[in-house]
Amino acid sequence: MDNNKKKELQLFATKARIGVIEGVFNAKAGHPGGSLSICDVLAYLYNEEMNIDPKNPGLESRDRFVLSKGHAAPALYATLALKGFFPVEDLKTLRKSDSYLQGHPNMNKTPGVDMSTGSLGQGISAAVGMALGAKFDNADYRVYTILGDGEIEEGEVWEAAMFAGNRKLDNLVAFVDYNNLQIDGTIDEVNSAYPIADKFKAFNWNVVEIDGHNLDEIESALNNAKSVKDMPTCIVMKTVKGKGVSYMENSCGWHGKAPNEEEYNQAMAELNAQLKELEA
Amino acid sequence: MAEVIKCATRDAYGKTLVELGDKGANIIVLDADLAAATKTGMFKKAHPERFVDVGIAESNLMGVAAGLAATGHTVFASSFAMFAAGRAFEQIRNSIGYPHLNVKIGATHAGISVGEDGASHQCCEDIALMRTIPGMVILNPADDIEARACVLAAAEHDGPVYMRFGRLAVPRVFDEDYTFEIGKGNILIEGSDVTIIASGLMVNEAIMAAEKLKSEGISARVVNMATIKPIDRDIIIDSAKKTGAIVTAEEHSVIGGLGSAVSEVICETIPVPVVKVGVNDVFGKSGPAVELLHIYGLDADNIADKVKQAISLK
Repeated sequence: MDNNKKKELQLFATKARIGVIEGVFNAKAGHPGGSLSICDVLAYLYNEEMNIDPKNPGLESRDRFVLSKGHAAPALYATLALKGFFPVEDLKTLRKSDSYLQGHPNMNKTPGVDMSTGSLGQGISAAVGMALGAKFDNADYRVYTILGDGEIEEGEVWEAAMFAGNRKLDNLVAFVDYNNLQIDGTIDEVNSAYPIADKFKAFNWNVVEIDGHNLDEIESALNNAKSVKDMPTCIVMKTVKGKGVSYMENSCGWHGKAPNEEEYNQAMAELNAQLKELEA
Repeated sequence: MAEVIKCATRDAYGKTLVELGDKGANIIVLDADLAAATKTGMFKKAHPERFVDVGIAESNLMGVAAGLAATGHTVFASSFAMFAAGRAFEQIRNSIGYPHLNVKIGATHAGISVGEDGASHQCCEDIALMRTIPGMVILNPADDIEARACVLAAAEHDGPVYMRFGRLAVPRVFDEDYTFEIGKGNILIEGSDVTIIASGLMVNEAIMAAEKLKSEGISARVVNMATIKPIDRDIIIDSAKKTGAIVTAEEHSVIGGLGSAVSEVICETIPVPVVKVGVNDVFGKSGPAVELLHIYGLDADNIADKVKQAISLK
């Protein structure tokens, strides 16, 4: 990836992180940690990878995205807003009673949201159904989904994984946001899902392991996914929960909590500094 | 008198899916390793290219159905009522009901009449569960004619539908020219002393009860209520006004099903006695289906007894 493109994507991801913090701070609730960890991959997906049209969110031939870890909605909303699906200013209405930005994604309220999610383990099944739908229609759109690493403790994930592998759904890519933290502690403490990559391999998936904040690695993993036939691809991406805001990084405590005013100011100062550095 | 035709509603489900496929309807049929029993196997044989077996994984069944519906397909997803409405309740609630997707759930082997498999498979809670989901349509046909009509109506309906079918062959109640509309009950027998509101295989029992009561000088109206949700409020209120007492009859728990739906309307509009015939908050057990129906009071005799009780409460 050339440096200009990389810088543009990094700028986009940083703006998305600002959108996450704005939303969660104004809502006084939400899930910043797992939202911040997926901003880079969303930046790549929505700018480089996916065929989408913000002016026509329902375009039949579009690629689909399902946020299986629906609690990371603030990151998806920020990404969609930056792409022009709706005004960036509206991110501040997150979780308000008159807002179309629900606490968890709602496909009927928010332009650009392809599936309502929030109950863990269910989004991947829907993504698998969409990939199967494309096969039924001989359509060439692709389906992307992001799972949390805690989420894969849900049994339904493995029902879906078994079926997708068996059906050879090579138009499906599932990311696992591997940040090693869930609400009650680290993944290995609570209920180890490790080894993640080997599990998906055993379910007949093509598996790529990357750094989820490295855009070159995201790009090459997605290119690899497109080149592999007859297998869905799982991209296990190592991430830092809370990425970009120093005091939120690698902390379970910031899974589902909003910053207070002081913390908000610090987060915004840090993210704006990153923005300035990238713009320099 | 001509011999009564008997057919399980699940058979009509399978046949009607084939009929839809033959007509070129854009439907996809899913099952979870029960295609032979749910009768989606008929569709699999006739239209294998439109059929998918997801294996023994009902949660994923509902999620895949949702995803297919989200890409513009009309999906029929089948399992036994216990595993569809029971095991996959939350998938139906969150992935199908909340986004209001076009998934038609064909739930077979509902109720006590599953028979020998026993309590683990006798689902008497499915209507109660499905009724709590906003926007869910619930259909519980009385015979094969009505089952076919329900499947055709579900295919045309925009949004989620839960269809409840039985394993047991039941007597045909309706003529071939029967017309069905979602949300409308219909009066099968007119009467003035009491109204029996029934659904599923209890409709035939209600008719038999009304005939028995007639010989005892009691005039019972019989209403077939195939749509449990949205419930036909007008026919319930009209029945309460004209007959002053109601007995409900269903092969389902007395908690949360047809009896509850009717009671809710009656309490808020025109309070008259309502007595419920159903499974009285107990689990079932193994045994031949017809024998079990009598053991649990799901028959004409018990309906007739409850009619007298309802009249005495007037």
